[in-house]
Amino acid sequence: MSDATAGTAAPQPSGSKKGSLLQQDARTKRRNAAESRFKFYGVLAVGTGLLFLLVLLWAIITNGAQAFSQTFVSVQVELLESKLDKNGNRNLEDIKKVSTFGYSPLVQNGLLSAVDQSGAETPLSKGKDMKPILSASAAAQLRDYVIANPDKIGETVEFRFLASSRVDGYLKGRVTRESIARDKNIDAAHLDLVDALLEVGVIEKTFNWSFITGSDASDTRPEAAGMGVSMLGSLFMMLVVLGLSLPIGVAASIYLEEFAPQNRWTDLIEVNISNLAAVPSIVFGILGLAVFIQFAHLPQSAPLVGGLVLTLMTLPTIIIATRASLKAVPPSIRDAALGVGASKMQSVFHHVLPLAAPGILTGTIIGLAQALGETAPLLLIGMVGFIASNYPEGVMDGFVSPNSAMPAQIYEWAKRADPAFYERAWGGIIILLVFLITMNIIAILLRRRFERRW
Amino acid sequence: MPVLWIVAVVLALGGAGYVLGRMRALASADGDARHLHSLPNYYGAHVFLAATVPSLLLLVIWLLVQPLVINSQVSHMIPAEAVSEGSSIGLVMADVRRVADGLDAAVTAGAMTQEQAGSIRAEFSDIRQRLGEVGVALGSDVRPEVLKAAQRYRVLSGRYTLFLTIAAIGLSLAGLAYAWARSHKDFRARNVVESAIKSLLVMASTIAILTTVGIVLSLIFNTVEFFRLYPVTSFFFEPTWLPSFGGGTDSDGNPLSKLGILPLLWGTLYISLIALAVAVPIGLFAAIFLSEYAGAHTRAIAKPLIEVLAGIPTIVYGLFALLTVGPLLVDIFGEGGMLGVGWMQGGTAVMTAGLVMGIMLIPFVSSLSDDIINAVPQAMRDGSLGLGATKSETIRQVVLPAALPGIVGAILLAASRAIGETMIVVLGAGAAARLSLNPFDAMTTVTAKIVSQLTGDADFASPEALVAFALGMTLFIVTLGLNIFALYIVRKYREQYE
Repeated sequence: MSDATAGTAAPQPSGSKKGSLLQQDARTKRRNAAESRFKFYGVLAVGTGLLFLLVLLWAIITNGAQAFSQTFVSVQVELLESKLDKNGNRNLEDIKKVSTFGYSPLVQNGLLSAVDQSGAETPLSKGKDMKPILSASAAAQLRDYVIANPDKIGETVEFRFLASSRVDGYLKGRVTRESIARDKNIDAAHLDLVDALLEVGVIEKTFNWSFITGSDASDTRPEAAGMGVSMLGSLFMMLVVLGLSLPIGVAASIYLEEFAPQNRWTDLIEVNISNLAAVPSIVFGILGLAVFIQFAHLPQSAPLVGGLVLTLMTLPTIIIATRASLKAVPPSIRDAALGVGASKMQSVFHHVLPLAAPGILTGTIIGLAQALGETAPLLLIGMVGFIASNYPEGVMDGFVSPNSAMPAQIYEWAKRADPAFYERAWGGIIILLVFLITMNIIAILLRRRFERRW
Repeated sequence: MPVLWIVAVVLALGGAGYVLGRMRALASADGDARHLHSLPNYYGAHVFLAATVPSLLLLVIWLLVQPLVINSQVSHMIPAEAVSEGSSIGLVMADVRRVADGLDAAVTAGAMTQEQAGSIRAEFSDIRQRLGEVGVALGSDVRPEVLKAAQRYRVLSGRYTLFLTIAAIGLSLAGLAYAWARSHKDFRARNVVESAIKSLLVMASTIAILTTVGIVLSLIFNTVEFFRLYPVTSFFFEPTWLPSFGGGTDSDGNPLSKLGILPLLWGTLYISLIALAVAVPIGLFAAIFLSEYAGAHTRAIAKPLIEVLAGIPTIVYGLFALLTVGPLLVDIFGEGGMLGVGWMQGGTAVMTAGLVMGIMLIPFVSSLSDDIINAVPQAMRDGSLGLGATKSETIRQVVLPAALPGIVGAILLAASRAIGETMIVVLGAGAAARLSLNPFDAMTTVTAKIVSQLTGDADFASPEALVAFALGMTLFIVTLGLNIFALYIVRKYREQYE
């Protein structure tokens, strides 16, 4: 049908007498409206998905950014000989006998004199009144310093102590005068004093390195808690996962892709691998608990056990990725190698495997990233519920002594009652996501750089 | 000799064997590698493998079997009356091992001589204190029979470790000598080495099967143990979940804890349903839009961004549910909230967990459906459009019916994810097990209870802890069934067009 005839002999829907291509009838309008509605639903769905992503990221960043700043109090502390070393002979054993209780008055008096110097008017006039402003860790920090430098006793030294979590929260807007009305840890007078001290620079908020490098702290000292030790725990776990899952996964894939005969045994292995990829992670935790801890008596909470469990979880991912990249190497490569007299094994290890290596590496990194964020199995093998406050003492110790891991540490903080820990949990998520994003970017770059299309 | 040293010696022997084997093969060919059957390195590798693999295998098997053998030889030394009420022979044996380890530590630290450790008597000296000094903390005082058993344990394990050292190194040497003697220019070293490597590859591929076997066995044994302590019918049909703290039984011998799975299953299903109600429409429409409407440019940006949602660890979603979504919902549906309905008591609720889990599942539904919609042949679309159907009519009446089995498979996979998800429900759904219809009530799920029953202080042999394995078994079977069914549907559908 040509254009010329289109105007006159347009197909007319039966029942409608005056149809025209130029003027849409009601049915066509309805259909077109349905069409644009349908498309709009699609846009809406994609938009909602992206919106959720944005909201999630926004929640993480706004809540977590505060964990990276921390309030400090600068105090001149007079290290009184009469309190710290009564005998005056600088005997380290004697100095160690003074507990942190002996040190707290020194810190509090130091702060009190700073308050006097600043000229701030406050009803708080005793050293003990200063306690709510300072972290409970201040006395321990001072004690460690004195034990390390006994010759400083008798002098006045300037220290930067952590402020208490309430003061920290006040400067970050988490704690307000209304919210502390029934809080017996701090009074409004303290907040007034904090405002005054902030002006003279005794109290300041700076970047919080110790959140990244530090260790976890007990329930009462959220201001001192950090991710450093659990990051090491995660690192040791990832070393185990990498060291086991990469060789085993690659070996298994090579067998299945290049050598395995088509039989029931091979089918069984393949069905198993695809099923393992979909087994809930908590079931792997049960396996780890029953096999590695109950049966094999490996140490509880150790990164070694966590790494073993995560290895079993990561293997299917690595095997699937490796098989895909082995499959992508064209058969002509194998044929050429076999043609010049290489054995089957030589053709695989000398030619196919190097060509598939970038794909294998990418899959491995993505598998590791998954394992790094996995939490549920770690709960069952006991990597939560205690305070990871000690750095491992060496490489062997790092594998077998109890530790936490980044996601387990975040879970631990989320469970604690003090809202100051929530800020830490969000901050921990930022660190975790930075690792994940870095790993994924490396994977993408590797793929872009080395991937070959045949 | 510590195990690490044995491994080091065996590896060193292997290294030496590599050099020796290579040299001997070359010597037999008068130094001309062209006269060898295989490349020289294969002769070396042959001797290396013969010297290390059997020996290391023996080591692994020995280390697995040795504790069992020693246990059975030592445990008869513990008289039945020494096993106190509420304890078991396993716990006493754990004590024995700890004391034995403590004695070892004491000897290493120099607090005791080898002889003292073997002859010390619990009646005359305070073992607990002496071990405490070298940093081995014991929970209770050491009873004489435990100490004697521990000393016997030390003697036996010392003896077996000596046997092991001799056997492992001897086997390594024997393998080395045998393989070295065979290294001759006509020997087909490459074939032997390659078949050895191949069997290593086969072993690696069986790990997947071993893992499944491990999962199934660890679930079955503990589940059977649980059902010996707790009636099967109560577990499956009792509508209450109320574990009692101390455990224990009432006067009729029935357990005090009520461990019915129904409330947990109901919570799991309810949360999964809400999650799917969020994820399926959004994911499906997103997939339709991205595969049918969006241009290449939009698709290249939007698809990876949505898939980012799948790469975010579940702990992040859990925290998001607990700290952001929960309080937000309370502000809307809670007491004195925006709607003024007061349906919601606290932030943790079925709705909270379901919504957040739905967000997590969007990319699962959308990527899988996207693949499936793309697999529908273009000719079917062209035919429909050619008949005058609009694009949306084509999608609804041609593309979606053709893709339906695959989409159902994708939804089932997402459902299996939802049922097995742990962190979101642990943090977002609450801890109270109840059978309620209000989606703003706190409820709990199978996975959340597995975590809480196994991370508490409950004794491991009590039904309160063992129930977690029965729950895990239920979870495993349900998700496995869903996965197999879903994969079956997806595979069957794919075959139609390829």
